[in-house]
Amino acid sequence: MKEDPEYYDYWPYENRPKIQWPNGAKIAFWVAPNIEFYELNPPNNPYRKPWPQSNPALPGYTSRDWGNRVGHVRQMNLLEKYGIRGSISLSTALCDHHPEIIELCKERHWEFFSHGIYNTRYTYGMTEAQERDMIKDSIETIYKHTGQKCAGYLAPALSHSENTLDLFAEVGTELFGDEAGYYSCDLFHDDQPTPIHLKSGKKFVSIPYSLEMNDTIAYLVQKTTPRRYGKELMDNFDRLYTEGAESGTIMCIPTHNYQVSNAHRIKAYEEALEYITGHPDVWVTTGKEIAQYFMDNYYDTVLADIETKNKKYGNA
Amino acid sequence: MATLDNDYLKYPERSYGMDHDRYDWAMLHDRKPITWPNGKKIALWVNVSLQFFPINQQGIPFKVPGGMTKPYPDLRHYSLRDYGNRVGVYRFFKALDQFNITPTFAINTRLAERYPYLLGTVKERGNEILCHGYHMDKLHYGGQDIAEEQELVKRSLDTLRELSDQDIKGWISPAKNESKNTPDILAANGITYFSDWVNDDMPYEFKTKNGNLTAMPLATELDDFFIILNNLHSAEDWAHQIEDAFEFLLKETETSGGRLLSLNIHPWVLGQPHRIKYLEQVLEKLSNHNAVWPASASDILDVWKAQK
Repeated sequence: MKEDPEYYDYWPYENRPKIQWPNGAKIAFWVAPNIEFYELNPPNNPYRKPWPQSNPALPGYTSRDWGNRVGHVRQMNLLEKYGIRGSISLSTALCDHHPEIIELCKERHWEFFSHGIYNTRYTYGMTEAQERDMIKDSIETIYKHTGQKCAGYLAPALSHSENTLDLFAEVGTELFGDEAGYYSCDLFHDDQPTPIHLKSGKKFVSIPYSLEMNDTIAYLVQKTTPRRYGKELMDNFDRLYTEGAESGTIMCIPTHNYQVSNAHRIKAYEEALEYITGHPDVWVTTGKEIAQYFMDNYYDTVLADIETKNKKYGNA
Repeated sequence: MATLDNDYLKYPERSYGMDHDRYDWAMLHDRKPITWPNGKKIALWVNVSLQFFPINQQGIPFKVPGGMTKPYPDLRHYSLRDYGNRVGVYRFFKALDQFNITPTFAINTRLAERYPYLLGTVKERGNEILCHGYHMDKLHYGGQDIAEEQELVKRSLDTLRELSDQDIKGWISPAKNESKNTPDILAANGITYFSDWVNDDMPYEFKTKNGNLTAMPLATELDDFFIILNNLHSAEDWAHQIEDAFEFLLKETETSGGRLLSLNIHPWVLGQPHRIKYLEQVLEKLSNHNAVWPASASDILDVWKAQK
């Protein structure tokens, strides 16, 4: 075990090079619906218990099933109304279980990225070969069902190993060269993209996917009221929009159909989406488009700036 | 770090539909629209859960949410729950009648045995009674001995049917917790609908070894206990959430069939003097709206069954 995951260097949030998003936008805004399948009776993992109750664990399972049966269409219609294409963090087994949902998203040109096979199968305890197989299965499943070459990764249930990002990038290259496996949503250290160090040296970025704005964190962990959550989304946007004039920022709302699509919550979410997309200098986009744009235009500039800043007062 | 067996990467249920055989996969959006009587848009099912939390709680296999948390005798939780059955519920009766809401009452059988006056009052009102299990500390749970659970269901239902003079078709397990066998046992004991599975906004067919049940949604997310004591929101916040849910569902009916708003309320939660006002405000608003059909679970299900 290491003291630091060693994925990125220190990069102070002042005097950074000016990032400008397409059409002079100050902020790149994306919504990442997690479309997940939780198993009723998953196998045991010695490091993490999938459910608090013994099988059948109805409270958790049934609420998540609700997200697919009822919630999905509600959020999808809302995003469509505000011209937002979802960037789906996908439990890829859902392609097999619920292909109707995949079709609806395909028709709307949403992005699909890998969130593992099931959200009840954790990376903890996997050998490197097992994790590689799991990631490969997920990328191949996305390609088979959607024709998309998976660009991004969010580890299932945010369960990681020391190899996760390397394996994702390597499997992406093995299957599709530079067209797959080049961004991660697993790191929460910044409001702008960060070049990531990998063993392979592959060009790879971390794209901010905010845990703070994540509806499940807000509702299940912070136990926020819906109206307060809507206000927090707007406050988060206001600050990032203002700061984006100096150098382009990113705002992500990670959602779950079983949380945000509930009838008592969706109105507050809609008010925030209406507010955010009603501003002029907002690039409403997807995770993959942000990663591509950053790598094409700012990756080298940012690397140079990080190097300069780290030399200013001497290396650690 | 101990490593996993390769079976951890095998997915025997990875195929079309659900990963079990209890019900078919069906998105609400694709289902046939349902029309409620008299052109109403929202069926309003208000269920009052009447509960007995014994002070000698065994906690098998876990301490029921809302139950005793302190060493025996936990007078504070016992008596505060009992407050609902002595005081809060009488505030509920008044509020429900004032705003012409037809409620159902889900009763722990042990409470019906202990408080004949309360049961008699509910019977005299003529409202539908559901069985809410034996009491809050008699959980149905994964791994429970099947004979033990069969006896528990039979005793709960036989006794409640006898005491209530109703045939009792509806069931809500304590904590909505079940074993793998619970639906089969319920169907074998004359139950026709139950509300433990919160995976839909409309009723649906649920398969058991003893014929189908109907899964009748009763939203945990809008439950007063869940919002006020689990999420720690105020009663006013509870009211806001019900209002927002109602407005959204009503809007959804413009492009879908009728919808169901289900409110599960507990007299020991919303029946408190500082909270009852918010229940009254919600009931007033809903009952004054001409799109709302306040009805019992069985009346709603009869309409649904005739059209499904």
